[in-house]
Amino acid sequence: MKKMSATRLIVSLAVVALLYAAAWWAETALGTNSMLITVLKKGAVYALIAVSMNLLNGFTGLFSLGQAGFMLVGAYVYAVFTIPLKRHAAVYQYYNGGIIQFELPLLVALILAGVVAALLAALVGLPVLRLKSDYLAIATLGFAEIIRAVVQWDSLGPITNGSNLLKTYPTFASTKILGTTVLFPMIVAGVCIGLILLIINSTYGRAFKAIRDDEVAAEAMGINLFKHKELAFVISCFFAGIGGALLAMFQGTVQANSFKSAMTYDILLMVVIGGMGSISGSVIASYLYIACSEWWLRFLDNEQFIGSFQVPLLRSGFRMVAFSAVIMVVVLFFRRGIMGDRELWNLRLPGRKKAGRAKQ
Amino acid sequence: MFDRILPYLLAGISVGGQYALISVGYTMVYGILRLINFAHGDIFTAAGFFMVYITASMPMTVSVPVVIALTVALGFLLERVAYKPLRSAPRMSVMISAIGASYLLQNLMWYVTGGLAKQYPVLPWLSDNVQVFTASTKVVTIVTPILTIGLVVALVMLIKHTKIGMAMRAVSHDFETSQLMGIRINSVISMTFVIGSGLAAVGSMLYFTNYSTVTPTVGAMPGLKAFVAAVFGGIGSIPGAVIGAAVIGICENLIKAAGYTAFSDAFTFALLIIVLLFRPTGLFGEKTAEKV
Repeated sequence: MKKMSATRLIVSLAVVALLYAAAWWAETALGTNSMLITVLKKGAVYALIAVSMNLLNGFTGLFSLGQAGFMLVGAYVYAVFTIPLKRHAAVYQYYNGGIIQFELPLLVALILAGVVAALLAALVGLPVLRLKSDYLAIATLGFAEIIRAVVQWDSLGPITNGSNLLKTYPTFASTKILGTTVLFPMIVAGVCIGLILLIINSTYGRAFKAIRDDEVAAEAMGINLFKHKELAFVISCFFAGIGGALLAMFQGTVQANSFKSAMTYDILLMVVIGGMGSISGSVIASYLYIACSEWWLRFLDNEQFIGSFQVPLLRSGFRMVAFSAVIMVVVLFFRRGIMGDRELWNLRLPGRKKAGRAKQ
Repeated sequence: MFDRILPYLLAGISVGGQYALISVGYTMVYGILRLINFAHGDIFTAAGFFMVYITASMPMTVSVPVVIALTVALGFLLERVAYKPLRSAPRMSVMISAIGASYLLQNLMWYVTGGLAKQYPVLPWLSDNVQVFTASTKVVTIVTPILTIGLVVALVMLIKHTKIGMAMRAVSHDFETSQLMGIRINSVISMTFVIGSGLAAVGSMLYFTNYSTVTPTVGAMPGLKAFVAAVFGGIGSIPGAVIGAAVIGICENLIKAAGYTAFSDAFTFALLIIVLLFRPTGLFGEKTAEKV
């Protein structure tokens, strides 16, 4: 990838700052409970997770379907360590208040969530990353299912609360910045995505892309395949863990049972819609995905009238049918997704000649 | 001891037979297209729903063949719509298309059924109780392994001794060369989907007779397990898929017997990972050399 020019960098950062300011303004104007704010928060969380998955699937060419498992680890680590001590008796009512008798500051728990997910990924990666394409996919999917079963195991109940809900830990409502809840998830996601961008533009990132394009050629060029695959996997899972923790904050309660493989598929579809190998594409697609499924297509679930004419087919569930049909169209006919493997800030501005393209 | 384990063992053999019928569909499609057909589990679920709706208006003797025909049609349609346009695309794209198709089918079923669990019709005779030594069980438990073995033997005969079977073997051996030899690749691929879906339909009748309710996502887990069975037995090998399914079905139920019900699903995946690590081609799989 070519180096970004200074002006483009400044313009990009300014645009991001403006978006944050707009989000802040929207929450002060519309109130915390408006649909827009919910979508902004959930979208930020999913954007981070989708980008972390894109790092693996789109940039390193490792088709992993274990994202939900590592999110689950992140969510649980965050929740377990931040539940206030005085609430332990109520949350762990079946396990005598649990065995973890301390709580961590929010940010420490958030980072710990990523670290634990990354450590687990390092262990899982040792055997699994030797596998290729669809075998890797099914093995990581299997690991996610195993993690889900282990977390719900009754003997781990004093730590994980078994198959019961974890709740009363701090949510976005307790991380207000400038009086709004929307900034915290957006800033955390923004910082993490920024870090991923830096990694992708480093030598490691170029090695990842070389592995994606041709493993054998990359190895011949002196890239240590296993080391780099392991590294990509660990980094991706670190951010998936943080994303899982943010999701826990967004939802207010966590239960292992909701981190099914369907969740991984959702994220995979976001990555595909945005374009495999495009960070900005993943972010845009996550927001679109969340906005459509939570908000814009809601009207399809209710009966609608145009004048006195009742629109046929519309009833509960139609939204998801229409939505998944659109996804199929994208997957089948627009395989490159919204952005392909380009980035928003590298797009040629209309009017400029091919100069930028030729340099690549 | 034997008295306590027997019911679980019977359930294991029965579930294993049902997984086997699903896993044949996976293994055949993978053998030819090198594609994990993630939507296969949803075809299996759809067969369940077809049965629920069709028995409501038709007698049982008519509805069984109608259900099988509809499921086969759905499998055929799935291949034509979701996989055929991507014939020359990278493998990852086809797999994503399979995941998308599975998502679409699940949402469609949710829409049609309103998301409620449907009661599966009681199939006469199959649902009757029968006494095996000390355990009481349904007739379906006994019928499943016999039917499975019969169907699989018939399928192996078909593949070994007919023209279309020979074409299938040729295509799974070398996709491009067989195309050059004048094999109509599309009809061969359609045929594998037809056979796979037909067996999944039979499997679903047996499975839901045991479990009695159908929900839109009920097929996901048996689908994944059947795939694991296919990998375990060596993907592309039909006898391998059947043996893999039997092992998984029996082990899963023995784990339940030992009191670790929560780990019965996890066990399947642990088995998968162990197999992939130590014998990536499965029990009966062929070794393939990697080409650069």
